[in-house]
Formats: sequence, C-alpha cells, structure tokens
Amino acid sequence: MGSHKKYWKSELELSKDNSIVENLKNNEFASELPVESFLEDKNTLQDTSTNRRDFLKYLGFSTAAATLASCEGPVHKSIPYVVQPEQIRPGISNFYATSISDGFDFANVLVKTREGRPIKIEKNSKSESHGPNARVHASVLSMYDSSRIQGPTMDGQNVSWEQFNLNISAQLKSMSASNKKVVLLTQTFSSPTTDLIIEQFISKFPNIKHVVYDTISESKALDAFELSYNVRALPTYDFSKADVIVSVGADILGDWQGGGFSSGYSKSRIPKKGKMSKHFQIEANMSLSGANSDVRIPLKPSTQKKALLKIYEYISGENTNVSLDEKLDKKLKSIASSLKKSAGKGVFVTGIDDVDAQVLALKINQLISSDVINTSKLNLTRKGDDKKVSQLVSDLSNNKIDGLIMAGVNPCYTLSGFKKFNDALKSLDFSVCFSMNNNETAMLSKWVAATPHYLESWGDVEMKSGDFSLVQPTIKPLFDTRQFQEVLLNWSEISNSFYDELKSNWNKTILKGLSWNQALHDGVFSKNKPSNRSFKNLDLSSRINQLNDPNIGDFELTLYSKTSMGDGSQANNPWLQEMPDPITRVSWDNYLTVSKSDAKKLGLKNINESNGALNSNYANVKVDGSSLKTPVIIQPGQANGSVGLSFGYGRRNGVKSELQTGINGYDLYKDLVNVQIVSIESVNETHEFACVQLHNTLMGRGDIIKETTLEIFNTKNSSEWNRVPQVSLNHIETPVTSPDVDIWDEFDRSIGHHFNLSIDLNGCTGCGACVIACHAENNVPVVGKSEVRRSRDMHWLRIDRYYSSQESFSEDNETKDNISGIKESLSVFGEMENPSENPQVAFQPVMCQHCNHAPCETVCPVAATTHSRQGQNHMAYNRCVGTRYCANNCPYKVRRFNWFLYSDNNEFDFNMNDDLGKMVLNPDVVVRSRGVMEKCSMCIQKTQKTILDAKLDGRVIKDGEFQTACSSACDSGAIVFGDINDKESEVLKLKEDDRMYHLLESVGTKPNVVYQVKVRNT
Amino acid sequence: MSSHYEAPIRKPLVTGNKSYHDVSVDISAAVEGKANKQWWIVFSIALVAFLWGLGCMIYTISTGIGVWGLNKTVGWAWDITNFVWWIGIGHAGTLISAVLLLFRQKWRMAINRSAEAMTIFSVMQAGLFPIIHMGRPWLGYWVLPIPNAYGSLWVNFNSPLLWDVFAISTYLSVSLVFWWTGLLPDFAMIRDRAVKPFQKKIYSLVSFGWTGRAKDWQRFEEVSLVLAGLATPLVLSVHTIVSFDFATSVIPGWHTTIFPPYFVAGAIFSGFAMVNTLLIIMRKVSNLENYITVQHIELMNIVIMITGSIVGTAYITELFMAWYSGVEYEQYAFLNRATGPYWWAYWSMMTCNVFSPQLMWIKKLRTSILFSFFISIVVNIGMWFERFVIIVTSLHRDYLPSSWTMFTPTFVDIGIFIGTIGFFFVLFLLYARTFPVIAQAEVKTILKTSGDNYKKLRDKK
Repeated sequence: MGSHKKYWKSELELSKDNSIVENLKNNEFASELPVESFLEDKNTLQDTSTNRRDFLKYLGFSTAAATLASCEGPVHKSIPYVVQPEQIRPGISNFYATSISDGFDFANVLVKTREGRPIKIEKNSKSESHGPNARVHASVLSMYDSSRIQGPTMDGQNVSWEQFNLNISAQLKSMSASNKKVVLLTQTFSSPTTDLIIEQFISKFPNIKHVVYDTISESKALDAFELSYNVRALPTYDFSKADVIVSVGADILGDWQGGGFSSGYSKSRIPKKGKMSKHFQIEANMSLSGANSDVRIPLKPSTQKKALLKIYEYISGENTNVSLDEKLDKKLKSIASSLKKSAGKGVFVTGIDDVDAQVLALKINQLISSDVINTSKLNLTRKGDDKKVSQLVSDLSNNKIDGLIMAGVNPCYTLSGFKKFNDALKSLDFSVCFSMNNNETAMLSKWVAATPHYLESWGDVEMKSGDFSLVQPTIKPLFDTRQFQEVLLNWSEISNSFYDELKSNWNKTILKGLSWNQALHDGVFSKNKPSNRSFKNLDLSSRINQLNDPNIGDFELTLYSKTSMGDGSQANNPWLQEMPDPITRVSWDNYLTVSKSDAKKLGLKNINESNGALNSNYANVKVDGSSLKTPVIIQPGQANGSVGLSFGYGRRNGVKSELQTGINGYDLYKDLVNVQIVSIESVNETHEFACVQLHNTLMGRGDIIKETTLEIFNTKNSSEWNRVPQVSLNHIETPVTSPDVDIWDEFDRSIGHHFNLSIDLNGCTGCGACVIACHAENNVPVVGKSEVRRSRDMHWLRIDRYYSSQESFSEDNETKDNISGIKESLSVFGEMENPSENPQVAFQPVMCQHCNHAPCETVCPVAATTHSRQGQNHMAYNRCVGTRYCANNCPYKVRRFNWFLYSDNNEFDFNMNDDLGKMVLNPDVVVRSRGVMEKCSMCIQKTQKTILDAKLDGRVIKDGEFQTACSSACDSGAIVFGDINDKESEVLKLKEDDRMYHLLESVGTKPNVVYQVKVRNT
Repeated sequence: MSSHYEAPIRKPLVTGNKSYHDVSVDISAAVEGKANKQWWIVFSIALVAFLWGLGCMIYTISTGIGVWGLNKTVGWAWDITNFVWWIGIGHAGTLISAVLLLFRQKWRMAINRSAEAMTIFSVMQAGLFPIIHMGRPWLGYWVLPIPNAYGSLWVNFNSPLLWDVFAISTYLSVSLVFWWTGLLPDFAMIRDRAVKPFQKKIYSLVSFGWTGRAKDWQRFEEVSLVLAGLATPLVLSVHTIVSFDFATSVIPGWHTTIFPPYFVAGAIFSGFAMVNTLLIIMRKVSNLENYITVQHIELMNIVIMITGSIVGTAYITELFMAWYSGVEYEQYAFLNRATGPYWWAYWSMMTCNVFSPQLMWIKKLRTSILFSFFISIVVNIGMWFERFVIIVTSLHRDYLPSSWTMFTPTFVDIGIFIGTIGFFFVLFLLYARTFPVIAQAEVKTILKTSGDNYKKLRDKK
C-alpha cells in the first residue's frame, strides 16, 4: 500500500527550477555542518570544557541510550477509533439478542461482545423455547475460523460480488428462458422472511424448484404427523409436565426432532413434594436419554418396533400378534400400565425412523390423552422431505436437472450415502453453493458464494409456531461475504436490502404496529396462533403388520448425532473437537459402539496401553456394497445385535489437518434411514483414541455420587440416605463436619459475599453446555488429540460419567461393603473395574471445589494459590512456579497444568495460534503461559464485575445476579450459583437442603461446591 | 588411656604392615600418579551420560514439562522419585562421619571421606530435581524468602516444599563444611609432598594454610565435634522433612504418620548400599584393600540388614494401618499397590528391600565382597522403586475413579535420570583422582591401636 500523497514544505515548491528547493531536495541539511573547521582549530578544542572524563560520561550515556533504544519490545499495531462509537466502551461488554438457525441447531441466544467483537454465547432468558446447547455455545469460535471463504469465487477464481451476481443473473435468465430445470436445495430455514424471498425468487424464475433438506432427516415423523393431523410439521413436547416418559429409540436429550427438550425434562426430574417423573427408555445405543432414565431396556431396533407394538397393544387393547420373551413382555406391560395410569401426564415418544411407528406413537399419545404433547403449537425446525431429496438425487444422476443452487447444506458430505451425487454435481454446468467454508460441496461447485456467519447476519426464524425470533449482526462481516437472502434479492432484481425486506415483512405480518426496536432488543416475539387440530384416525392394521416384519441380517446399525459434533457443520471448531462425548468420554473421534458380548464374538477389542491411553482395533462395517473401516468402542448398555455410529465426523475438505478426525457416518446413511442392516468383521489394525476418562466404574465408592430411590427419599429421614461421614474422636463417632474434629480455626465468613455453587445430580443431564461455556469464558486452551490421549486435557469443568459394574450403583456399594478377607477383596475389586452389560449411569460435573480448607493452598511453596474471603480459591498465575504439588494434593484432581505453551505455538495449531482465532479470547481472563497451574476460578471476573456494577449503582445485589459461566449456561437448572450470605438466595436454600452433600466430605476439605443427592425413580 | 588400647578380640582396621609413611604414600598415590586406561573409560562413559542428561534437561526447560510422561493425575513421577532417591543416598555419609564419630566408631575413619563425598555429590543431584521439575525454573528463586519488590509477597511457610528448601540447603552446607574441615590436614599432607609448583599452589589454597601446629589440631578436633553435633540431627531431619512432602498431604498412600522414621531408615539403608557399591570398587582400583577391609564391608552390611528390616517392618505396618484405619480409599490404595497395574514395582521393591538384605544374616554372604556388591546394587534398585511406588501408585489411582490414569516415562525422563547418575560419577571419579580418598590423618591416629602390625606387636608382649 504505497502512498502517493505529496507533502508540501513551502509555497516555493510551486515554482519550477527554484534553486533553494532544488538544493533542499538534494541535501538533508541546509548548510554543511562545521565539523572540520571545529576539529582543525586546536585552540577551540582546548578551550572547550569537555574534558576526558566528561567525554567518557557522554560516551557511556550515549552507548547505553543507543542500546536501550534498540531493545524495543514487540510491536503490536492497534488502530484507534477515529470516531468513538457511543455504545462501545473499552472494558464494558455489550449484549445483543440473536438466534442461530443453521438447519440443525436452532436457539435463541444472547451474544456478549467486547470492544465490538462477539466473544461468548449466552442463554436468552426472554426465550421460552430452545436454549443453546454445547454446539451453539461453541459456534462463536466458528466465526473466527481462519479457513473461512473470504469472498465469492467462480471456478476457483476470486471474483467480485458484482461480477458474480451479473454472471449468475445472466445464467438464470437464459436458463429460465429455455425452461431448464434448476433446483434450489436449502436447509430448513423456518424463516418467514426467507420463505418470502424464496417465493419471490421462484416467481421470478418459475423453472426453479425449492427442495428443503435436513442433513439428519425427521421426514418420517413429519409424514406421520401430516397423516394424523394434516399439517407437515412436528408436535412440541413439554416434558416439564410429564409424570411418565416412555421413549422408544428417541434420544430426547439429544438431537431428536431438533432437540431443546432438556430444560423441560430436567424440571420434571428434580423431586418436588415427593414427586418426580419416571422415565423409561428403550433404545439400542447408549444415549444421553438412556443414561438419565430410571429404567433402561436395551433392544435392537427391530425389537424396538415390536416393543412399540406391544405397548400399543396393552394400551389400545388391539391385538398386534407380536410375541416377545416373557420377561420383556412383563416389563412392557408395566410400562403400558403406568402410561395408562398417568392421567394425561404421560407421554410416549419414539425415534424409530419409520412412518408407521411414528403414526402409532401419535396414536398412543392420543389414547392416553397426553398433555405433554402439544399438537397445536408446532415445532418448525425440521421440514425436509426424503422423497423430494431422493427424487433430486435420481434426477441429477439421470441428467434431468440442469442447475443446482445450494444454501446452508453440504450435500457432497452429507449425501455421501448416495454415491451418484458428487459425480452428478461435478458434471453440472450451473452449480452455486452458498457456504462459509471451502467444504466438500464448495469444492465441486462452479460458483461459491461466501456467506457470513450467523453472528454477522440479519434474519428471522420461527422455531415453534407463533414463536418468532430475530437474527441480528453483532459484528461487521469479517470478510467479503453476503447473505443468501441478500444475493437472492439481487438475482430477483429487488432493490431492497435484506434488512429492509426483513423489517417491512415483520412490521407488516408479525409486529403489526408493535415496536420493531423492542422486538430486536428482545430477540424474540411471541404471538398466539390458536389452532385446534383434529386427530385423524387411520387404519392401523396394515401399519402394525408392516412393523411386525421379522428382520434379517447380522447387525442393526443405528446412526446418531453426537453431542459435540452434531451434523458435522462445525467440524472446524477445536472446542467441539476437544469436547469429550458425555457417554464414552472420547474426544476427537467417532467410532462404532458395540456391546461387550458382540465384541467378543467379533474379536473387537478395547485395550488400555501402558500409559493408560485407549486403543482399539478396527471393524469393517458393510452395508450393501459400501463398507467403512471404523474404530471400535465397547459400549456398556449397547443392545446385543446392534451397533451405533455417529454422524458429523470424517470431514476432510475446508478443515484444518489436525481437525480432520473420524470417519463419515453419512456413507452408511442409505435412503436417509438411520437404521441399517450391516455385517461386521474385525480388522487387525490399531486405532488410538483420545479418551479423557480411562476408568469407567465407581468402584462402589458411594460417597462420591450419593444416590437413593424416590421411595426411600420420600419415606426415610435424610440421615439414612445422606449420612454425613463419621470419624472417631476419643472413640466416639463424630461427624466430619463438627468443629471438634477440625484442626483449623474457622474464619468468620459471615461478612461480605460468600459464594457457593450447587450441582443437582438429578437435574444434570450431562449435556456438556457448561463445559463449552467454561471453555469460552475462561480462555481454556485446546491441546489436541495427542495431548488429550496423554491425559492432559485442560477442561476446568469436566462431567464425570460412571457406569455401575452390576445392575445398579447400590448393588456395587453393597458388594464392596460386604467384602471380607484379602482374597475376596482381590477378586471383587478386579471385577468392579468392569462395567455391567446394561449399567446404571451417573453424571457428575466436577470443577474446582473451592475448599475452605484447601489442600492445595497449604502446599504451594510460593503461595500462588490462596483463599479469598468470598470463598473462592484463587490461582495467581504470575506467581506460580509450577511445582504441581497442588495438583497432586487435590483430592478432586481438578487442577490443570500448562505442560507446553498452548498459545502462539505451531505445535498447537488451534484458535490461539492465529490472529483471527484469538479474537474470541475473553479480555477479562489472562491467557496462561507454559509451566503454570490453572483451574476453575468460580468465574471471579464475573463475580467481581457484578460487585463493582452494583457498587457503582449503589444498590444491593439481587439473588441470581451472581453467575458463573457454567451456571448461566446450564439449561436444566442443575447448576446454581450465588451468595450464601444472602439469606434469600436460592443457593443457600440448596445448601441447607436435605439432599445436599459435599464431595469427599470425609477428607474434611469443606468445599464451597455442593452436590444434591441423585434420586432415582426406580 | 583406653583410646589407645583396643581389645585383641577386635579385628584390626588397618591390615598389612603399614607405617605412618606407608599410609601417606598409599593415599596420595592416586593423586600423584597418572590415571590409568580404565579410569578414562569409566570417566568417558559417565561424561557422555552426563552430557546426555544435560541435553534432556535443556530440552525440558526450553520446551516444557510436557516432554515428560506426566499427566493431569500424576503430577510427579521420576522427577521426585529421583530426588528422594538421591537425597536418601546422601544420608549414609553424614551418618558415618557424624553419628559414628559421636559414638566413637573408629571403623568409620576409612570410609567417612568417600561416604561424605558421596553425600555431597548425591545431594547435588537431588537438588537438581526440585529445580528442573518446576514449570518455570527460571523463577525458582521465588521459593527463597528473599525480601522483594512484590509488595508483601512472601513464601508460604506452611508448604513442605519450602521446608525442603531449608532442609536441603542446610544439609548441603553443613556437610560441605564438615567434609572440608576433615580434608584440611590431608590436603596439607598432599601439599607438603607435592613437587610440581602448580599442584603445590592448588593444594596450599585448598588446605587453608594448615600448619599442623598443636593448636591447629586442637581446633580441628573441636570443630569436628561441634560439626558432628550439628550434623547428627540433620541425619534425622532432612529425610523427615522430605517425607513431610507426602505425609502432610491428603492423598491415600501419602498421608501416613509413619513416614518420617520409615524414610530415615530407608535413606540410611540406601546410603550404605551406595557406599558399599562405591568403596568395593574403589578399594580394588586404588589398592586400598588394607584400609577398607572386609571387616568394614561386613559392618556396613550389618547396618544394611538392620535398616532393611526396619524398612520391611514399615511396609508391613503401612499395610496393617490401611486395613485397621477402616478408610476405604486407604485400603484400596494399598491393595492397588500390591495387586494393581503397578504390582511389579511393588514386588520389585519388596524383593530388593525386604527379602534380599535378610541374606546378610549369613556370615559367609556378608563377608563375601562379590555378594555385598551385588546386594548393594539390588538395594539401590529397590529403594528407587520404593519412591516410585509411593509417588506414582498413590497418585495414579486416588479418590475419584474418573481421574485414574497411568504413567509411562518418556526418553527425557529416563535421560535425565541417567544424566544425574553420569554427573554423580563424573564428580566422584574426579574426586578419586584429586582428593585424599581416605581420611589419612584420622587413620594415622588409630594406626597404633588398630593397625594389624601394631596389634600383633602388642599382643606378643
């Protein structure tokens, strides 16, 4: 960027050939310096007062000054605002309400921006519907992805938007004139304004057909609902109302029907007035829902269908001719009877990818007149139609289509089950792809339109009928990108910008006179759209017969989406890659889940290497013709005869090499059906996993996760199910909480704030949103697969997952307590290391417990970790010399050491190694250097801000104002944070609750994190 | 004058027909002569090992502790194992020179010089580990209570690691002074014999102007006694404090009140084993068989046997206490030690430390030079495993099973350990060529009472 500006020194320069000007141009100094005359004259030299000593002084000074001047620190260029924006004040964060709707994840969010850059996603408390999950929390990092497409391209060449639009408009016109078939393939936008724009576009070019495509299809459920209620949509469910939840293959805490049910679910799971819901889960893979259920029956998909029929039979009385083994039959009968007895408070859901099964599920809910299902308020986040997509693929391969425009989808990756798609796309003359990344589809498309991230975009979305939300940009687009809607308006030759279009559409059809600014401020706008849908009774007999069809084949594969990666669109997000799966605790990978006995039969193995890291061999999974080599995880609770594989991995294009992990599950997603008949053989090669938890069982240590049953909880005193550990004081049993057995004098903690964090083990579903929120808030580094494999993950907050080694954890505890003799303990402890085939599962979020008597604080030689009056255990990174003594002495093992330099280090080429990725860092939290210890700070930067804000305003802090990243991310209300010196606070109530216990209370650490006993409704 | 008379039943401590002059000649022979080929070979090997270790240390400090095999659960492994091992080895020197001096054990005179040299060199090795195991060793001086410009920032006097700093620095300085004091008359002897001017110059410097006046000797004796009195509690305190690193923690397997005596016994045990290892070779190579006799080796073997039994008792007491405590974490920790994934380390420790020294009950074995050498090596291996077992197997499976991991060393872990062994031998080999390896002045004081020829002469009368 050379500058051609000319700076004038005087007006003389105007006149040409001026000798003074000429002279000045050639000489730096107007006249010669009189050096020679000065030095030659001996007299003058002798007259000067500068003697030898002075000379040495000057010499010394100038040498030192020159040296100092040359040691300049590294230069960081910063550009100040020319005009300071009114809203942006350095050090103060701004929040904007917006929404994500990427076709897979839909959520209303609040975006925290600092100095104009979005750095964190928060829950929008104004929104009743979808709260953000882990992927949504992580989505802010996807914006700062250095491998994003930075401008539109044509045949791989960069072009300007004008040229791009001109070219395509011309093409579109000529194709329209010759009536060539063009298909517009999009994600589910569920956006009123986008729908309008697409409508206008199609009316301009009638040769274009719009096909909506969901990468992970809910088409069968949509079909079933359409058959039963005449609307193509999904019903909504309010699980908070439920007393009995029966799910056959539906992962209601995962991404089933678009997800977002966990917050309602958790409400019904926390025992209130002696009541909580009872959750039955029948499934093949071990899902989050199964892990949280009270009764879990592992069944392979074909048997699930039969079980569904049987439940239907017991509820409707209609004979289905299904025969099942007696034990299972009995269980299903009791499930059906509790559904029947639930008096409208029961609900039956299924994830079986079959229209008939979905129809029956709706029928069952109708029969039990369920209040939980809502058929008038509709879920609009999935609209794809399998038939149209299949038609599109076949048309494409038969050359019946001449052009394809794709937006929000990556079919070359997600339709890899259809082999023909990629070749057909390559041979098309007209293919346009709207994309953020140079992904598989963008690679094969002729035109690629660079689109902005949702945090750089305008838009709207209607997630549930009547629940409208707005999408607003939180930062100026980082690159030369344009939104799909904007471009479509241009092609339709509508001169309005998308923003104008959006605003006028809202004012006209949605707000109808209400304030646009208010709606934009809130991000959400609800409108009642009362509608009563009548249930259409269908003839079910043929459907029943079809479902009862005996299956064939060795194994049934259930494809699912993983909590961390979802449909795979955020594969380039290192936070999500490093997030351990809640169930398997494996990060950076997907894998085939196999039951223990099937693994034995097939010769599939999981081995812990000498350093503990997990290895497996591979399995070849074959589905008519195509085969996939996958690593294997032996999954407790996997139904025999079934295997599982997740979508979302195996991305290779537009993804950094370290992040190209796993294998593509879509390869086996034939005909968009998530259950496939497969055959499996083992391959003798070793796969290396990065698993953060190498030991899966609780070893009968019942005081780590205390639990009880609802019956005992309701009938017995808390001392029986939540006993404080006792120690001997002069041979008298004394509770460890007693000051008599304490070697320390207690401080007075009643003045000021004293923070506590409560974690309800009943409320926690293990969804991991808190893990990512903590990652984002606290600048936790990503360390990569090989370091995680060495058990060096840096998560400040982890969610431990335990399997019971017998049927239940209480049996484990009993077995351990009844061990007698050395011989028995040798064998029994060995057995307890192995999880049961169908175990109980428990989740436990663990972060620094902020012990009032912290073992870490006493052992640090340099006092780098100390306690605050507010109950927080501080870590002074600057003071830490890295002896790791504190981590060794931590009974909870929550301290994390910076083994290497994780920022600005090419060995760790993640977001902290490039300037763009670093924009996501929270300026309130320091980035740690190598060699220091770090850990959960109880978000001290947030608590201090709350305190200072209140002080500025001169007011008392209300309960709920104090939040940590995890507590505010927790959608299920399991994590509650607050000040126990505030007598009105919720956390104080929780601290004094009967269910409250401290983790490892017997050690006497007096933590400021409390847990609530898990109550199971078995 | 009982000190000038020794019962005939006592075995002579100096054999061979040695006169005072013979003692001087024998002991200065190594210093005055030229190094032979074997010395050069061993020295080269040690130097290479040292340089390799130095490379590994530089790699660690420049790249990060991550080059070791540690992880989120096992924060200490070979680093602190090696630290405690070297510190333990150091103990024998002080015990021999100080405690045995106070107890008037004359047999210490032949071995105390080398034992104490071993102490100083091994404490130097030990001292390396707390520094390089830090994540930011360049800030290591922060563990010293130095007045600073950070406001009221001070060290944490509650931390056992800080106690270690004091314990070890005190130990090193007292040992060094004690050693050097003993060296003064011997250096002076070499100085007086030296013919080369350079050698003479150096030895007159290091002998601090020793003249050999009666006053010199009187002060020498007094200082020795005072320093012995100072060093004696250190024998107990240093390893007690090292054991506090573990004993004051909350980790099952570390949190044990038995640790101080158990660690001290273990330290003396391993120290004597190392003295045996070194001296059995040295007496052969430097022709000192007449000064370091089988009698000396036998006595050291008896110490090894006794301390080995104390250590064995401690191991069994630990197991008993785990059972008796009724604490499930404690019980599992010890069950896991013996039968968990690191069972081999536990049973190596048991075999080497508890079973093998018991063979010393047999007179024939404890007087066998070859067997003593073998056992000394075994004991040192066993004691290394003891520290590994305490540190790694306690950490790798503690309270929450979710955090259980395993530990495997990397080449850097191994390289640094080998490097310190190399460094130790480099120092010891240089010492053997330049220092009077036997406290000849002291040996001369017992020549007439315990010398073989004088004893015989007297007995004949």
